[in-house]
Amino acid sequence: MDLKDLYQEIILDHGKNPRNLGKFDNYNKDAKGNNPLCGDNVHVYLRLNENKKVEDIAFEGHGCAISMASASIMTDMVRGKEEKEVKEIVTDFLGMIKEKDSLETNILKDDEKTKLMSLSGVKQYPMRVKCATLSWHTLTSALDNSDQIVKTED
Amino acid sequence: MNIDDIKREFPIFDDKIKNNDLVYLDSANSSQKPRVVVDRIYDFYTKEFSNVGRSVHYLAVAATNLYEQTRVSVQKYINAKDKDEIVFTKGATEAINLVANTFGQKYLSEGDEVLLTELEHHSNYVPWHFLRKAKNIKIEFAEINDNGEVTLEAIEKKITNKTKIISVSHLSNVTGAILPIKEIVQMAHSKNIPVLIDGCQGAPHLKLDMQDIDCDFYAISGHKMYGPTGIGVLYAKKKWLEDLPPYQGGGGMINEVKKEGITYGELPNKYEAGTMATAQVIAFNESIKFMEKIGIQNIEKHEKELLDYGLEKLRKNNSVNIIGNPKEKGGVISFTIEGVHPHDIATILDEDGVAIRAGHHCCQILHDKLNLPATARASFGVYNTKDDIDKLDEAINKCKKIFNL
Repeated sequence: MDLKDLYQEIILDHGKNPRNLGKFDNYNKDAKGNNPLCGDNVHVYLRLNENKKVEDIAFEGHGCAISMASASIMTDMVRGKEEKEVKEIVTDFLGMIKEKDSLETNILKDDEKTKLMSLSGVKQYPMRVKCATLSWHTLTSALDNSDQIVKTED
Repeated sequence: MNIDDIKREFPIFDDKIKNNDLVYLDSANSSQKPRVVVDRIYDFYTKEFSNVGRSVHYLAVAATNLYEQTRVSVQKYINAKDKDEIVFTKGATEAINLVANTFGQKYLSEGDEVLLTELEHHSNYVPWHFLRKAKNIKIEFAEINDNGEVTLEAIEKKITNKTKIISVSHLSNVTGAILPIKEIVQMAHSKNIPVLIDGCQGAPHLKLDMQDIDCDFYAISGHKMYGPTGIGVLYAKKKWLEDLPPYQGGGGMINEVKKEGITYGELPNKYEAGTMATAQVIAFNESIKFMEKIGIQNIEKHEKELLDYGLEKLRKNNSVNIIGNPKEKGGVISFTIEGVHPHDIATILDEDGVAIRAGHHCCQILHDKLNLPATARASFGVYNTKDDIDKLDEAINKCKKIFNL
């Protein structure tokens, strides 16, 4: 186990300067998520156009380096993708964090996959997995128009 | 007292944890257990086990006597007037729920006020919230000042003619502030208001004298006093235990049960329904003896030294921000590091075997007030040394390095 696997340069960078942080006016889908045990929370906003494409996406919230980096990288990655593709990426990402060794989707380019794999370090830290997955579950909830606040604890 | 000798009485420190010597700085959450406590549980289950208070066979009588011996030990330890003022519960949480539930049933109605403070643990807020939902009572919060303390005046300010009970912490698990509980009780009693003290953090670290403090209720957590989990104590003045209705119904708490009606048992059985945590209660006696052997004054002195050393050390560490600066403070240091989230701090410290807690420590009201989503917290027990604090400081430096601070 090595802390360097968890706190890679890219995580520290996105954690410190999260991309797409904030809220924009003409969003048409959003959802909140929180992690009651540590108090982290995230609010994902996105705009799907008539072709079901993510025109814009942003998030508000606060949390640890892992959760901020994960939300930052996620929002970067799904912008411009179609809803169906976004869902495939989410499933692939959650599967990788949970059990798989690599990402399988063909939607992402290799350099994008490398970027996402930087979050795989949390697998060695079971208590921190929920930090990495919170924003992804919240994105799903926004797409599904769920009114339920996503919680990492059931 | 020799800390090395005391530390050797805790088996957890015998072996490496994840290849590190354990630096356990999470005693405010739960303390480690000395060998005598662990052995007592084993011995009771292997050589002496029986349920208590029911059967007349040899083992049952012996187990009942052991169980009652703990009650007497606790009574003496906290200088309660009567052993029947000691009620065993599953923890301090249940002790507070017991009071909120029974006192609420009998004495609270719509519009009545319960006065808490902003630094209460959730276990001294949520049980009262139930009454807010069920009975439409109001909950008021005495404010903390800039030092993270709650003063007598802050409490007095919130009292109205609707205030029916005051429930406050003895020692804050976040800022470490020790509240002036004796003065609070005196002031409240002058207005005929009973007082519950949440003593989770008080009982393991401070000398207790119920007759001197004169509070109506005092809640104690066993597992924070080097005792087993699943055991707590509610101290309550006898007049309250006689006056209030029972909390849970079941075996052991009854006098006579007929189809037409039921009469309840005498104290202390009235509040101990069902099979209690027998082994834990019996082992808790060893925790009390363990603390008595060291002497609570010595524990207090040792932890004060650690606190002063820790505060001095961490204050010198740039970018560490210590939460609260109470004049009277117990062995708790909550802190943040500018630019590093507390969970990241905790994960990085853990890599070197330094076990701290990160989060809101079950005090969301306080963290909202401080405008902090989370803090990191190092808290001390009798087994901690200055070396532990040096290791904490080193691990914090490593954390800063990883985050390029």
